[in-house]
Amino acid sequence: MFQYLIRRLLIAIPSLLGISVILFTVLALAPGDPFEELATNPAIPPEVRANLRASLGMDDPIHLRYVAWLTSMLRGEWGFSFVSRIPVDQLILQRLPTTIIVIGASQVLALAIAMPVGVYAATRPYSLFDKVANTLAFVGFSLPTFFTGLLLIMLFSIQLGWLPFVFRTDIEATGWRWWWEMFRQSIMPIMVLGLFQGAAWTRFVRSAVLDVIRLDHVTTARSKGLPESVITLKHVVRNAMIPVVTLVALQMPVVFGGAIVTEQIFRVPGIGSLLISAILANDTPVIMAVTFVFATLVIFFNLLADILYGWLDPRISYR
Amino acid sequence: MTENDLRRLLARVKEGTLSRRGFVKRMAAVGFTAPMATQLLAITGAAPAAAQSVPEYKPTRRGGGGALKILYWQAATLLNPHFAVGTTNQEASRVFYEPLAGWAADGTLYPILAAEIPSVENRGLAEDGRSVTWKLKRGVKWHDGQDFSADDVVFNWEYARNPAVAGVSIGSYRDVNVVKVDDYTVRVEFQKPTPFWADAFVASRGLIIPKHLFKDYAGSNARDAPTNLRPVGTGAYRYVSFAPGDMLRAELNPNYHRENRPYFDTLEIKGGGDAVSAARAVLQTGDFDYAWNLAVEDEILKRLEAAGRGKVNIVEGGGIEFIQLNATDPNQEVDGERASIRTEHPAFRDPAVRQAMSYLVDRNALEQFIYGRGGPATANFLNNPPRFRSTNMRWEFSIQKANEVLDAAGWARGRDGIRAKNGTRLKFVFQTSVNAPRQRTQAIVKQAAQRAGIDIELKSVTASVFFSADVANPDTYTKFFADMQMYTTTMPQADPQLFMNQYVSWEISSKANNWQGRNIVRWRNEEYDRVYREAEGELDPVKRAALFIRMNDLIVGSNHVIPLVKRPTVSGSLNNLRHILSGWDNTHWLLSDWYRET
Repeated sequence: MFQYLIRRLLIAIPSLLGISVILFTVLALAPGDPFEELATNPAIPPEVRANLRASLGMDDPIHLRYVAWLTSMLRGEWGFSFVSRIPVDQLILQRLPTTIIVIGASQVLALAIAMPVGVYAATRPYSLFDKVANTLAFVGFSLPTFFTGLLLIMLFSIQLGWLPFVFRTDIEATGWRWWWEMFRQSIMPIMVLGLFQGAAWTRFVRSAVLDVIRLDHVTTARSKGLPESVITLKHVVRNAMIPVVTLVALQMPVVFGGAIVTEQIFRVPGIGSLLISAILANDTPVIMAVTFVFATLVIFFNLLADILYGWLDPRISYR
Repeated sequence: MTENDLRRLLARVKEGTLSRRGFVKRMAAVGFTAPMATQLLAITGAAPAAAQSVPEYKPTRRGGGGALKILYWQAATLLNPHFAVGTTNQEASRVFYEPLAGWAADGTLYPILAAEIPSVENRGLAEDGRSVTWKLKRGVKWHDGQDFSADDVVFNWEYARNPAVAGVSIGSYRDVNVVKVDDYTVRVEFQKPTPFWADAFVASRGLIIPKHLFKDYAGSNARDAPTNLRPVGTGAYRYVSFAPGDMLRAELNPNYHRENRPYFDTLEIKGGGDAVSAARAVLQTGDFDYAWNLAVEDEILKRLEAAGRGKVNIVEGGGIEFIQLNATDPNQEVDGERASIRTEHPAFRDPAVRQAMSYLVDRNALEQFIYGRGGPATANFLNNPPRFRSTNMRWEFSIQKANEVLDAAGWARGRDGIRAKNGTRLKFVFQTSVNAPRQRTQAIVKQAAQRAGIDIELKSVTASVFFSADVANPDTYTKFFADMQMYTTTMPQADPQLFMNQYVSWEISSKANNWQGRNIVRWRNEEYDRVYREAEGELDPVKRAALFIRMNDLIVGSNHVIPLVKRPTVSGSLNNLRHILSGWDNTHWLLSDWYRET
């Protein structure tokens, strides 16, 4: 087990290096530069822009830039944003709490919907409940988030005027009022993301449980006369969870990465909106940092999922 | 009316034998608009000292106005004006920092940290145009209580012109010399007579940062200055908190140097999102007081306005959407350079073809069906300030006339209906950036051209490529490797000198200057060059205005440039908000004077 862990971690190093090389090259090859706005402003002579580029080392050959980036990254320096000229780690840390709260809550909501509904629907296949749940799930993941987001804004903010649609990080209130305001402004983005994800996961949980429920050991458990609830929880759900765990674990990095579209619609200052504005402004250090952290998290959660398998299914061993 | 008549009339106004109203009337009789006539009075010193360029400020005490909430759909990322690459960052810095003077909506200067606007009369402007002396306002304090003085102004010059600082304002400061005369007087000296003296220390490029907080960061360590993100300025509002790319908060500055200002107790500027929902948040739900740059279809804005809570503000500046007809041949290579200046465009070298192209653009339709209030049709390239606007140019949409012109010039229709002459077919590539209104405009032009026997192939390039300065990419607008192209160019100052250098021959964009020259259409005209040189050194404002009008007539008259619509700035605000906007300066240029009518 320990050896397995070490081996997996060692394999992660070349994959991360490979990822960083690819990201860096793609970004360097992409057109545009962070001082584009200066280019169209007649009051700024072109030399000024050239000087700025040179001072930020943007004219060096790509391999030199990559090595410089890598060495400073290894020393724990993430570089600074071309656009706001402040360290990238500060920018990311500033946005992490909001991202984790909003995206994290939506993932929890999605799980809270998907698990019970999926399992219940699978234990009673083709019942009325199953049909309704299926239909809603199809509707849920067929509607893109930008559409449901706008729909909710139209209904709750504009027609009814109940909820604000501009997310604010610093609410001027304390105590329960702060919590209430926070709840009011977060509920729409959380709903949009959570229902979308929940709908997809419901389908997945249902089919995973259906696969297990027909197996012989479940029939055996039934013939032993075990109560239905014990059968479902102990013999069905636990076995059905293996694929679900992979799916959920792979989804976890998204909690860090944020949701670009939803954040943009509700003006949630999360990492997704940081990434998209950095991409639009060609702010390479920020794009690199966010995507690289994202890649690291994907690899880490993959490993975590593999380890969880062992706990869920003792037949799996690590060598 | 000749220049001499004009001068005689102006002299009579100054002497008092002709009333100002009488002057405006006479001017109207010969076709000058009223704003233009008043401007003439103002720039020649015949206007009353307190020019009515800024509306009256009504509140009678400081504060008590509650919160002012502003929404930007692009978010500010830093608060040092010398590093402010885009408009949003300039706007955010402008909340805290102030220049010596700002540009009012009518293109005149308005003093902010200066005690008065320099002029020849008050001895601020040197007669030879080689220096300008600014008298600073006394008793101005930085937000931390320190006094503002000439040292701060001089420091800003040293800071901005230092290449190690790598600021974006360097262009305004590196060629001037700044001298401290006394604690409240500075002199800006120029290398040659400079009619346009109001660049350094003025408006968005002139925001003054405090010496005592930046002096240790005036070199390559400029990026590390803590004040870059926690500004200490002289403005009406002082810093509370800032989250880059998200939210900026400020509060009333109790020691502000202008009395009874500001009106609002707190200020917040929220960034991010998109333009349509920003318009909604102001016009429809009233959650915010003001929304910046509503790049939204006019039809949607009108629908939102119908809610009755807010209104759309249209502020004229110099921005213009226009078509360029390449003067060089993009399909021929000379020494490995396409569209080389040594070639001539095979079709556009014939004035008749250019004339026909101009007839084929239906500007009325563009205004009516595409741009709405955000794009009034125009015949001029140089539209504002009004004193520089030509009255000689006309535009007309007529497919019939286009056909006649082409027939007369010998461009005969071939079997496929496309005109040709001496083996040159009227088949053009028309490029622009990916953008809904631009692509609709392309389609309208193509349709009309088809009916005149001209075949246009449409091409649209992603904005991030089209507007980039990427030397390796052939699709950038500065390379212009197409027959026609269309985009918007903006005029950042109320003076057209920098704006009109887009057509001088020494600015031609070519391989030699890495396609960084400003003359993208690659048009050459000796008269234009001469007139431009003359205007650069002309100190008489009336003569100078006439020179710029001549330049406009030359380039527009050549039809190498076809002006389409003006692009004023469009913003939204609540009905009860009284703001002061200007097309020549930042939105927040006079934020101190904003108030709410109750």
